[in-house]
Amino acid sequence: MMATVSSNQRNRIHPHKFTLWVAMGSIVMMFAGLTSAYIVRSNQANWLEFSLPGIFWYSTAVILFSSVTMHLSVRAFKAREMQRYRLLITVTMLLGVLFGVLQFMGFANLINHGIPLTGQGSNPSASFLAVITGLHILHVLGGIVALLVIFFKAYSSKYKSYNPLPVELAGIYWHFVDILWIYLFIFFSAVQ
Amino acid sequence: MSNETILQSTIGVTIPSEIDNHEEHVHHHHESFITKYVFSQDHKMIGKQFLITGMFWAVLGGLMSVLFRLQLGYPDSTFPWLEDIIGKWGKGGHISPEAYYALVTTHGTVLVFFVLTAGLSGTFANLLIPLQVGARDMASPFMNMLSYWFFFTASVIMLSSVFVETGPFSGGWTAYPPLSALGSASPGSKTGMDLWIIAMALFVVSSLLGGLNYIVTILNMRTKGMTMTRLPLTIWALFFTAVLGVLSFPVLLSGFILLIFDRNFGTSFYLSDIYVNGVGALPNEGGSAILFQHLFWFLGHPEVYIILLPAMGMVSEILSTNSRKPIFGYMAMVGSLFAIAILAFLVWAHHMFVTGLNPFLGSIFVLLTLLIAVPSAIKVFNWLTTLWRGNIRFTPAMLFAIGFVSLFISGGLTGIWLGNSALDIHLHDTYFVIAHFHIVMGVASMFGMFAGIYHWFPKMYGKYLNNNLGYIHFWLTMIGAYLIFWPMHYEGLAGMPRRYYDIGAWESFKQFADLNRFISTVAMIVFAVQLLFLFNFFYSIFKGRKLTTKNPWNSTTLEWTTPINPGHGNWVGEIPEVHRWAYDYGKDGHDFIQQTTPIGEDESIH
Ligand code: HEM
Ligand SMILES: [Cu+2]
Repeated sequence: MMATVSSNQRNRIHPHKFTLWVAMGSIVMMFAGLTSAYIVRSNQANWLEFSLPGIFWYSTAVILFSSVTMHLSVRAFKAREMQRYRLLITVTMLLGVLFGVLQFMGFANLINHGIPLTGQGSNPSASFLAVITGLHILHVLGGIVALLVIFFKAYSSKYKSYNPLPVELAGIYWHFVDILWIYLFIFFSAVQ
Repeated sequence: MSNETILQSTIGVTIPSEIDNHEEHVHHHHESFITKYVFSQDHKMIGKQFLITGMFWAVLGGLMSVLFRLQLGYPDSTFPWLEDIIGKWGKGGHISPEAYYALVTTHGTVLVFFVLTAGLSGTFANLLIPLQVGARDMASPFMNMLSYWFFFTASVIMLSSVFVETGPFSGGWTAYPPLSALGSASPGSKTGMDLWIIAMALFVVSSLLGGLNYIVTILNMRTKGMTMTRLPLTIWALFFTAVLGVLSFPVLLSGFILLIFDRNFGTSFYLSDIYVNGVGALPNEGGSAILFQHLFWFLGHPEVYIILLPAMGMVSEILSTNSRKPIFGYMAMVGSLFAIAILAFLVWAHHMFVTGLNPFLGSIFVLLTLLIAVPSAIKVFNWLTTLWRGNIRFTPAMLFAIGFVSLFISGGLTGIWLGNSALDIHLHDTYFVIAHFHIVMGVASMFGMFAGIYHWFPKMYGKYLNNNLGYIHFWLTMIGAYLIFWPMHYEGLAGMPRRYYDIGAWESFKQFADLNRFISTVAMIVFAVQLLFLFNFFYSIFKGRKLTTKNPWNSTTLEWTTPINPGHGNWVGEIPEVHRWAYDYGKDGHDFIQQTTPIGEDESIH
């Protein structure tokens, strides 16, 4: 059997965890590119200013709370309290879905107030908001898929694995998309 | 008999009591055709897959350049056979303007991304990183396999765009809007552009998957004793290449995402106040086409170094090995790679001097751009001093490496001209730019790639390439490349614009008709010479002279301690431990000392 991670290779940090960190750096660059484009464009003429939908405050609270449940579920897994772990991870996923729904309600709110996000008559400022937050929702969705995978792994009787790595990875990523949203929320509030 | 089978049969003989174990072992090592050659997770096989796919694209992209050079060199002649091979695009034996732009665009895209990015770093990062750092495979072999298959899918989609009714995208490899954003702008902006952007998005994913793996493998999977400062320069170069890619490709992706919205969802990120003939005024308002240029070149400039750095790394390694001398200034080489990688992120606006950029901002970008000359000069100096008084073995790999240094000097110097915004007002979008980047990036990196192939072919296939064909290949390509691109500097200085279908329409450029014909002719010959290389490559895989030693070039690095045809896992038994840096050539009277040799008691300190 060929082990990729053999003992004589020094592992200060597990390679997969490290890969995740670098990947998160990469994702940060993508949003940095988009938000810099936003700044550049906002300094030019014909830039529509509007206030963010109030519902974003609720979605922020939801995703913050989901980070707490995620954190607790990692702790539960490590303590081998599988019942509690499954419950918490389910709650986390549901909160993730709720977050996405709330974001879309925010979009609908804007459209109802006569601020189209795409299509005829849309202003780049609204389109930017839609594209950037939309991409963020996609990243949350990715996190939900990851949680689903490890969730079903914990259920299937074939794998009785107490390796905490997958859960830890999912946890790190979940906190990351949380922080990413906080950054975006502050950014959109500050740069108008 | 492959090494795997040798390994298995010895296990079978020496441990007869463990029959079960043995059977399991054999079972595990049994690889079907599919898992060995197609969905392989062995980094060496994935490297070969990248190489061969890259070669396919190089031939196709090269052929495209031959076709559009026909138009540039022989605008008044007709070639009836053109109609036979490209149909309506070559009506009456003439390349149509639409076909010309489609060819130029696809040539650029394919050569920059598919050949010199995927074909070059994909091949050598995969082959060399685990072998030279002492790892059994990449940190995630599965992700590594995905990286190739994303590239393959991107290739298929890009290739299919050549065959659609309205032709492939034809707005230049930089894909500036509005040509890239408006389907009504040109035939190639329709389905061709849709396919282009899908292919490029998949390509970005492939690069990211690959790059993540390369970084993590280098930082996390080194064998015992392999400290960072004992790494061969190839690995350092591939490391910085991967870092550049992981940090800049996502920004390109964000530019593409906005482009997709403009194309398909009626947003106005890049579009404003546009009137299209036959369509009328467009409703889009408030967009900025320059915004795309910023996002594009924020990747685009690091991208040119993504292409160049692996070549630099391999050239350093090959020059040192074949001069039988340690590389001069190892730490300076690492430091200059680092400086280049940092500066690569700070100079993108030098591609935009004439877009109405604020002149004050422009002057800052001039300064930062010219700073690149410093680490570049350090590298050139160190290569030349490595060669100086060396005991040089002129293998084909060595010749290509020396050729690389020559090309990098020639092309780097013209970069300094272009980096001055005042000069660039005159030189921008002329053949001077074409000459600059083909010499410094196109041909130089191609030379780095050839050097790498000639040098590591024995490791890849256990055979040698034919040397005489290699020499012919080198000299004709070297002379040809200079004959093609050197005269373009003069054309550019005279103001001859790039991207024009028929330059003869201007009185002032009629003087270049003969020169253009000459360039086109040489281009065709050089293309033919590359076929010679291809023949050598594929012939030698099957019929080449077999290796009889593990270490054909008397090298110091780890890849030459593996069996001649290493199996998946690279080393039989333990991974060797490393005791010294990679450049102990001509030390204490020894021709070379491998990295695995422990430091002797009375050995001098280098
Ligand atoms: C001292 C080093 C260099 C300097 C100062 C420099 C400067 C420049 C400048 C100012 C331009 C823009 C010209 C214009 O469009 O008007 C340019 C174009 C370009 N350079 Fe360089 N360059 C240098 C080295 C390199 C290297 C090492 C590479 C690649 C490996 C490279 C690849 C390119 C490419 C691909 C373009 C043209 C892209 C296009 O417009 O299609 N350059 N360079
Ligand atoms: Cu540049």
